Amino acid sequence: MEIQTQHGNLIGNTLTMAYRNLLKTLHNPDRFMDVIIQPVMFMLLFGYLFGGAIAGGVQAYLPTIVPGILIQTLLSAASGSGAQIREDLDSGVFDRFKSLPMAHIAPLAGQLFADVLRLLVATVVSLLTGYAMGWRPTVGFGWIIVIAALAIFIGWAISWVFALFGLLAKSSSMVQSVSMMVMMLLSFLSNAFIPLKTLPHFMRVIADANPITYVITAIRQILAQGAWNNNAWIVLIFGIGIVVLFAPLTVWAYNHNN
Amino acid sequence: MQPSTAITVSHLTKTFGAKTVVDDLSFAVKSGEVFGLLGPNGAGKTTTLRMMTTLLKATSGTVTIFGHDVRQESRLARAMFGLTGQYASIDEDISARENLMIFSRLNGLSRTAAKQRTTELLEEFSLTASADKALSDFSGGMRRRLDLAVSLITRPGLIFLDEPTTGLDPRTRSQMWTTIRQLVAHGSTIVLTTQYLDEADALADRIAVIDHGKLIKLGTPTALKQQIGGATLTLSLAKATQGSLAQRLLAQALHAQPTLHGAQLTAHLKNPNQITDLLVQLQAADISLANIAVQEPSLDDVFFALTTGKIKNEVPDGNSNTTW
Repeated sequence: MEIQTQHGNLIGNTLTMAYRNLLKTLHNPDRFMDVIIQPVMFMLLFGYLFGGAIAGGVQAYLPTIVPGILIQTLLSAASGSGAQIREDLDSGVFDRFKSLPMAHIAPLAGQLFADVLRLLVATVVSLLTGYAMGWRPTVGFGWIIVIAALAIFIGWAISWVFALFGLLAKSSSMVQSVSMMVMMLLSFLSNAFIPLKTLPHFMRVIADANPITYVITAIRQILAQGAWNNNAWIVLIFGIGIVVLFAPLTVWAYNHNN
Repeated sequence: MQPSTAITVSHLTKTFGAKTVVDDLSFAVKSGEVFGLLGPNGAGKTTTLRMMTTLLKATSGTVTIFGHDVRQESRLARAMFGLTGQYASIDEDISARENLMIFSRLNGLSRTAAKQRTTELLEEFSLTASADKALSDFSGGMRRRLDLAVSLITRPGLIFLDEPTTGLDPRTRSQMWTTIRQLVAHGSTIVLTTQYLDEADALADRIAVIDHGKLIKLGTPTALKQQIGGATLTLSLAKATQGSLAQRLLAQALHAQPTLHGAQLTAHLKNPNQITDLLVQLQAADISLANIAVQEPSLDDVFFALTTGKIKNEVPDGNSNTTW
């Protein structure tokens, strides 16, 4: 009996791979632990530790720290996709993916598609923790959706960079430790937690140039003014730029793996 | 009808840096046969298989599967075969049913066809009861069965099995053999790698013996056994004191050099008829036997004869151009 098959449907294959990644997460909810525990922990820790010192109180500090923790969490979630891809490549199942007559890029695309879900969870948890601590944005709910979407898009764009790194790196433990360092540097050497004017000159130059500073500033401005602003345009274009640059690189690296 | 040649491998070579892992390998696999790639660990079997299954790019040489070049027409070639890798190539984090569903979909089956095929395969490989359990609860044998089931989703005419029974207990191993024989009965062509000589002997129609990436010998198990010729005769004497006398008689009767270990004598037997003479002489000398055994040459013997020869001929002056 013949089995009717249709080969190399990119969208169908990608959706199947995204479904696979989703199933993996549902069977192992601990894969979500980082994006759930981390924002709660940092929000509580930093809020109550530094709130008084930096802003004179937790309430006054929340508008600063909520966007900061949000972006830090998304960076961390994005950095996870590199390690995930490396782990997948090192496991036997990838050989089977490669030996199937399917769209070659689908495993990678499926991974990055499924990452959006992780980023969404990270965003919701970050914002809800802020809300629980007393953060009350003055802008309408529509703008909250806008900043969430912008943050998720930036996180997703950055996950392409980490995916490329995951493909080029030797082991998943190396991917994890380097991703962790990059994530720490990018989030702490920015305006995520502190006003930049207190920094020594050389650090301020770095922090001002840090793209994460732009993202956080854009989000704070939207939340403060209830309007799209120039920084938001810069951030959006920056995000698109990353995808345009890194997506082909990542795909190329993926195709040349082995 | 399928063409009579399933796979053509010609001058296949793979080097990693300065190390040549597969060295100018050429052979053809006929349609409907079980072709065994036999060799010790590190002989280049898996590397060869990975190149044949489009997973690894060859340094030079070509592989065609049912006429499709694995590099130029990789997608067409991939549609022709199923692969069961050496390490379970199934998804550990999801259930057996989900594995079959996802791989069915990735193989291009529609949702309903995928569902139907999944149910069929779970049934066929006795996995229905554990279909929704976590794979971490699966035994090694169940994993292999699932792995094989996934390879058979599209009922491919050609199946690659990379060390299908490595690490399995004897019972699961013989179940796996039965499954493989059933596949053959359904007309599938099978290429399997193994480091177990008895496995190649039991399953393969033809065997390619590979060592250091080179094809040492290609032939049927019977032909390979005939290569070293004859059988081994083992005599256990009732009295160890008669050892040297028996050894002398054996040497005369068999025209061979028997070895003596305690009360046990072992000698090469070229012709079974020689035994009759020998037994008469032993009786005349009043030597009584505790046990007598004639052993057919195993593939182990063939293998060791072929590979130790190679080592012997690899003289340190770098002249290792041994012909086989």
